[in-house]
Amino acid sequence: MTMALEMMTGVLATAGVAAPGSAEAIVDKLAYLVPEMILFAGTCVVMMLGLSKSVAVRRATAGASILTLVAAGIAAALGPSAMPGSMLPNIMVFSKVMIAVVGALILLTFAGTIDREFEDSVRRGRPFDPIRANRGEFYAFALFSLTGLMLCCSADDLIWMFLALELTSLPTYVMVSVSTARSRSQEAGVKYFFLGALGAATFLMGFTLLYGATGTTQLFGEVSIASALNAERVLYGGLSPIALAGVVLSVVGIGFKIAAVPMHFYTADVYEGAAAPVSAYLAFVPKTAGFVTLMLLLAAVGWGVGVTPATTDGEVASGAISMTGGSLPEPVRVTLWVMAALTMTIGNVLAWLQTSVKRMLAYSSVAHSGYMLVGLIAGPGVYAAASGDPETLAGGVAANGLAAVLFYLLTYGCMNLGAFAVIASLERRRAASGSAEGAEEVDSVDALRGLCRSNPLLGWTMVLCAASLMGLPILLGFFGKLFLFTAGVFSGEYVLVVVLALNSAIAAFYYLRLMFYPLTESRDEHAMEGVKASPFASRWVAGALSAGSVIVLVPFVPALTDAADRATQYETAVEIESGYERAASIAAYQELLEARRAAAEAGDEAAPPPAD
Amino acid sequence: MLWLLILLPVLTALLIALAPGAMSRSLATLGSLVTLGATVVAMATFDWASPAAFQLGTAAGDNGVPLLPAFGVYLTTGVDSVALWLIALAALLQPLMVFGSYTAIKQHHKTYYGWLTLLQAAMIGVFAARDLLFFYFCFELTLVPMFVLISMFGSSNRKKASIKFFLYTFTGSIVALASFVYIALQAAEANGGTMSFSIDVLQATAASLPASTQAVLLLAMFLGFGVKVPVFPLHTWLPLAHTEAPTAGSVILAGVLLKLGTYAFYRFTLPFLPDAVLAYAPLIAVLAIVGIVYAGLICWVQRDVKKLIAYSSVSHLGFCILGLFALNMAGLQGSVLYMINHGLSTGALFFCIGFMYERYHTRSMNELGGLAKKMPVWAFFLGFFTMASVGLPGLNGFVSEFLCLIGTFQSGALELGLPAGTTGPLGPWFAVVAGFGMIVAAMYLLYMVGKVLFGPEKEPAGHEHHGPLPVDLSLREIGVLTPLAVGCVVLGVYPKVVMESLEEPLQQTIDVYESRTVTPMRPPLSGVGRDETVATHAGVALSLTENAAAAAMREGVER
Repeated sequence: MTMALEMMTGVLATAGVAAPGSAEAIVDKLAYLVPEMILFAGTCVVMMLGLSKSVAVRRATAGASILTLVAAGIAAALGPSAMPGSMLPNIMVFSKVMIAVVGALILLTFAGTIDREFEDSVRRGRPFDPIRANRGEFYAFALFSLTGLMLCCSADDLIWMFLALELTSLPTYVMVSVSTARSRSQEAGVKYFFLGALGAATFLMGFTLLYGATGTTQLFGEVSIASALNAERVLYGGLSPIALAGVVLSVVGIGFKIAAVPMHFYTADVYEGAAAPVSAYLAFVPKTAGFVTLMLLLAAVGWGVGVTPATTDGEVASGAISMTGGSLPEPVRVTLWVMAALTMTIGNVLAWLQTSVKRMLAYSSVAHSGYMLVGLIAGPGVYAAASGDPETLAGGVAANGLAAVLFYLLTYGCMNLGAFAVIASLERRRAASGSAEGAEEVDSVDALRGLCRSNPLLGWTMVLCAASLMGLPILLGFFGKLFLFTAGVFSGEYVLVVVLALNSAIAAFYYLRLMFYPLTESRDEHAMEGVKASPFASRWVAGALSAGSVIVLVPFVPALTDAADRATQYETAVEIESGYERAASIAAYQELLEARRAAAEAGDEAAPPPAD
Repeated sequence: MLWLLILLPVLTALLIALAPGAMSRSLATLGSLVTLGATVVAMATFDWASPAAFQLGTAAGDNGVPLLPAFGVYLTTGVDSVALWLIALAALLQPLMVFGSYTAIKQHHKTYYGWLTLLQAAMIGVFAARDLLFFYFCFELTLVPMFVLISMFGSSNRKKASIKFFLYTFTGSIVALASFVYIALQAAEANGGTMSFSIDVLQATAASLPASTQAVLLLAMFLGFGVKVPVFPLHTWLPLAHTEAPTAGSVILAGVLLKLGTYAFYRFTLPFLPDAVLAYAPLIAVLAIVGIVYAGLICWVQRDVKKLIAYSSVSHLGFCILGLFALNMAGLQGSVLYMINHGLSTGALFFCIGFMYERYHTRSMNELGGLAKKMPVWAFFLGFFTMASVGLPGLNGFVSEFLCLIGTFQSGALELGLPAGTTGPLGPWFAVVAGFGMIVAAMYLLYMVGKVLFGPEKEPAGHEHHGPLPVDLSLREIGVLTPLAVGCVVLGVYPKVVMESLEEPLQQTIDVYESRTVTPMRPPLSGVGRDETVATHAGVALSLTENAAAAAMREGVER
């Protein structure tokens, strides 16, 4: 890690020279970071609240952190809507509001996660010892991590992106370790940390190579990775090997955050070892961070160049509308394709074999990442690649794979949280002790049997969330999947869509268990011995809210997909560094290729190699 | 009007969910009767003069309720006579199922009647949908209620049965969904980028796709709908589900749910993919025939009465598929008529078996015998519906089965408007082999009736009395079976009521095929000459040329 940091500071120094305008640029940028600043301020407050001697103040920790998050969400909604210069300028608002909403729901489930025994002992008269009180830190870490997540959304620089990703992840390592008193949690935390470091090293290596290939860490702008890579693609028909290696390594490394194959190994153990609320947190926060940064990174690589529909004078020639939009550079596309296919298949098959709900949901979270990768491959659809006018060109919203990913993150965040909240709300107490000590989670699928009758609220939460995760119409999850379907089909990825369809069917095998054990089975007395609902009401409130959202949000699906579509408006108008000549259209591009070919045939030297 | 038909059951189900459990049964009864009444009103307001026009739903020019406008998903409804008759079937069976469950369901009334009512809404939705995704919603929504009914109220092996049912159908239909989205993409491309899932729009697009693309789409749709029907290699979930389901569950499964598959074939596969259908109809017909004969033979060795009827469904629906893919008027008419008839007679048979099971708690033929003496009324109904199912002339099964076979037999160039000399997708050979199915059906059904109703009286060991139930059928049970029996007789004697109204919409489907030629992708089996008579092959004394025979048959049927 220290090596990485040294390298980073070095890069930072070099990048500083090339970065346009310094002081003003930073002040401008701060305007986009109000939500993050609010979160950070809230973090500091929360940390102190948790250390207070007064029980009432300590109790306020959770409320304060949720309020902070809500405030940050409001600030994001009211703040500037577009970040000029970025190729995905509008992505901030949608993602930050989504993060605030789902994050607040997740924080609701945190009640009583780590400080239950401590608070119990204080209640029984033991003196308050601030060293042992870790409630403040726990919530503060969660908020830190969410700050990092929001920072990911406004990243426009590789360094920023790296720091934001690490700020998202580092607190979660601690949260996993301390989430329960069991040694398994510590084991999970260590495992998560080391594999996380491996992932971080991988994408940092990728970032370094990208810097080497392009000479800048800026993602977008005149002198940027985007312009350099686009110029390479336009002028030389593809990326240079070093840039390619950079992109692929970054993608695979960030794959750790989204738990995509081959970086998925930690998922089941970590989710199982952590307390259920923390697992729910892991299933949403790092995943969102990973997908948002992947979107930004791939936006710089570009979906459109090279296969833009033929244009004349910037207008789309009539009759030349191509339904299949642009695509990523072939090696990157193939990497993502293989990752997507393997991720969903391996995730689903392994989930099928589990009997622990948390492990099942862990592997299913792997599978859902695979689904979302389809949207990433599909890209922003064709209109964005051409004129940017969604009305005139084919497909519209339905072709926008990035919007599908954003929308799916929202749906996944809602429905997955519900499932975890049910697990968090069931606990078994060791019969002997009357205290809270020894209260442990009930994680077996059998414990869900007959839940709809013994505890209708939790039971129906599970039923609805599992049905939605399965993709059963007319619940929210179905629309998420449909969106990915259409985006995949529109980008011409037919095989991948069939793989996605088959995987949805495999997924039905295990979601069916989650859905119908509560609904139709009768209570398993053996598995349910001593099991009670958790005394922390906010957990099942969070579950009920997310289950409700699975239904209530359905009428708002058109509005949400539109919003996601606007959020992923893709700007391809990239100024290319002087020295590169931009090919305005396919025709020009092909002319260039022809010229190069002719030159090569004439026995000249091969075209100058791309920048390295 | 159609919205009302869909919403009434939904509201009833909501009421059942909110009201105390003791009221569930009466609410379900009331709701089903009101829905039936509304259906009658709908049928009265339907303009029978133009049965091919889609009526009662979304007005022409109106887009419908936007569900997902950016994706072109609108909740549009409308029925032609085919759909309306099937809705009528669903509406008729519903109150009968509720009545029929009065004594069989002893606990969890709320769950049972709630899901049963919700199931009706989904089924009516399938028939009323004019938007492909709305159709898909309803198609999928039938799964959950049926799953709950089997899984909670079925017999011993119900868990396995329900899971198998759910996974088979879910897997199939999600593949079909992929094909829908692909067609929608093509439609959007053709229409300047506007997404639409409207059936009319998609039909125009899909029918003009190249034959090879259509073939892939046909495979996807076959997986989706074929599982539901079920067609031969995809049928393995059905006997289990049927056997384990509670009585009303079996009735609705045989009565309406299976028809969702055949209806989808009729509504989507035939008009959407004409080239592929022409090319692969013989293959599908072969599968159907294998199903007819193979399932028939399985029936013959069954000792479990309910399983026997379940397998007979596979066999019978083979005829239905055969009639559809004959692609001519006789075949299509027979097929649609078969959907209704099978719903009546097999539904009734499941009721009969259910009533018996409530009394004896066994379904094994080995443990039962000579029940005609003890339960004459029940015996009458069982015998009656068996005859209807076997295809006794004068009862409904005969008409439809025969039309299907005739359609298959004469499926050929003339009916399709193809140039003379070319053959249609199916031919005499198909009808001949399928005809064996009728014989087999007579064998196993009559064998079952003989075993259970006649011979020495036999009751399960230790059985003394029926508990609270009367020895023979109660008035309530007779009331359940009588409307179905009346339906069987009416449709057997005077099928014209239904058939006439079917002609126009079916003609539209046939018109799609008017200008198509058969591409040479067909298996060699269908290359039998048209002028051959079947007399030598089947031992049936038919020496007329097939067209004349068919005309005579149809006249006879109409009379």
